[in-house]
Amino acid sequence: MDLTKLTALELGKKIKDKEVSVIEATQALLEKIKQTDEDYHCYITVMEQEALARASEVQKQIDAGELSDSPLAGVPVAIKDNICTKGVKTTCASKILYNFNPPYNATVIEKLEKAGAVIIGKVNMDEFAMGSTTETSYFGVTKNPWNTAHVPGGSSGGAAAAVAAEEAFYSLGSDTGGSIRQPSSFCGVTGIKPTYGTVSRYGLVAYASSLDQIGPIARNVSDCAVVLDLISGHDTKDSTSVPRDNYQYTEALIDDVRGMKIGIPKGYLGAGLDKEVKSSILAAAKVLEEKGAVVEEFDLDAVDYAIPAYYVIASAEASSNLSRYDGIKYGYRTEDFDGLADVYKKSRSEGFGNEVKRRMMIGAFVLSSGYYDAYYNKSLKVKALIKEGFDKAFEKYDILLGPTAPSTAPKLGESLSDPLKMYLGDIYTVSVNLAGLPAISLPCGIDSKGLPIGLQLIGKHFGEKDIIRAAFSFEQSRDYKGPVNNA
Amino acid sequence: MTITDDTINYVAALAKLELSSEEKEKAKKDLSSILAYMETMNELNTDAIEPMSHVFPIRNVFREDEVTNHPNRDTLLSNAPDSKDGCFKVPKTVE
Repeated sequence: MDLTKLTALELGKKIKDKEVSVIEATQALLEKIKQTDEDYHCYITVMEQEALARASEVQKQIDAGELSDSPLAGVPVAIKDNICTKGVKTTCASKILYNFNPPYNATVIEKLEKAGAVIIGKVNMDEFAMGSTTETSYFGVTKNPWNTAHVPGGSSGGAAAAVAAEEAFYSLGSDTGGSIRQPSSFCGVTGIKPTYGTVSRYGLVAYASSLDQIGPIARNVSDCAVVLDLISGHDTKDSTSVPRDNYQYTEALIDDVRGMKIGIPKGYLGAGLDKEVKSSILAAAKVLEEKGAVVEEFDLDAVDYAIPAYYVIASAEASSNLSRYDGIKYGYRTEDFDGLADVYKKSRSEGFGNEVKRRMMIGAFVLSSGYYDAYYNKSLKVKALIKEGFDKAFEKYDILLGPTAPSTAPKLGESLSDPLKMYLGDIYTVSVNLAGLPAISLPCGIDSKGLPIGLQLIGKHFGEKDIIRAAFSFEQSRDYKGPVNNA
Repeated sequence: MTITDDTINYVAALAKLELSSEEKEKAKKDLSSILAYMETMNELNTDAIEPMSHVFPIRNVFREDEVTNHPNRDTLLSNAPDSKDGCFKVPKTVE
């Protein structure tokens, strides 16, 4: 039996039933990574020694009768390289952090380890999570396992591609403007961006703090829900963490959408949307309708202005957050310098890539005196209108449905030459971050090029269970295709 | 919005970046088109709207002023490009 083909929950059960040992599972995955990661380059760091040592430790705990309430005990996980892992390089795919060893773990890492997870490695991403293709990584591009001439999406491209290539059972990504959902869509896997404040950001290297959320990427909805059970929760170390009474998302894995009201924003089906993607999304809506949901199209206010507002706000926060990289406390420092100001300037100019520099400059500009009101403040007002538009929509609908991205995965090398064009690809994802909403992307079809299409379901604040229920129900109606190698 | 050389030099200085002349030309072109696109927001009347920084009402969180973390100086300094006598080492800044 090829263990790497199992879902996270299937493997967790086999480990629990003593059919498979944690070490066998870890070894099988390491072997798979050795075989195929040369082709896909999902990983920046493979933690072979640490993972094997950790696997035997977890096996001992399981043999001692511990971890019996953890469904994923012993299941290996891949972590996006902007989530801090104590003593293990966390680079954000940037030269400026090429040698950074965090002195502490992110809260999500502590939570996963408590549940018996084995971290197998750190996965590739766009530099500082800025990009939509994983081509801006200092450590080289990741390729789409469905077709290596295409990008895996981004910024969590390594996290999504690793799950698709069966080089990971599940992974953690981060989503600031679509960075979990869009690569999940391009790689034919499932990913959840939780409500802002649901998962602690402590230990997530900041890009745009008011928008960043960590979330799971996995092979199906059930795996995603169980991971969300494990990583969510209030954390005093994250001042924007929101306490909730219930974090049991797996309770929503019910195949029943009767009476559920689903709205499709008309703007999500308009100009710019690929024809094949559109028909696949409408077919998915039909499936849910046939299962008893009430589906209708409606006008979502102000959403056309989500991209400009998002790029102003995200760039502004990035320019502030990334000012900490100075060549003094950690990370890259230039070789030749003349005085302190020179250390800052040269270390940053040599350490950051083009897209990061571009966003820091946009951010510095929109926050600068004379332009602050026209750009930054204006964006915060547009954000208020976007949230109001969603609030109105959720008075009528339980969830919203649409595409995750306007097209399937583009070819490698097609996107970076025109940054504005690349930004426009985020049209269906960024408004969700601006409004702080939860959303899921799951596979709903394959286009004529053989590339996967992603369906996006958006929930109201803390409405994760609504989207998980609808996604699970939709998933039950399809033959399980699994990740790429099973297709 | 046309971006002049002065503007590029100004934002580069704010971001503590040194750009080659080639990078400056590219930045001028990119920023002009990106900012022009951002200005489409002006089509939306927002006169009566309050700017919103957080989607949820956020209140200040108070706690007792007690030390809960115990940073290990050596571990922290092990990430520094240069250190001396338990301190970060930087070029001389005060004559």
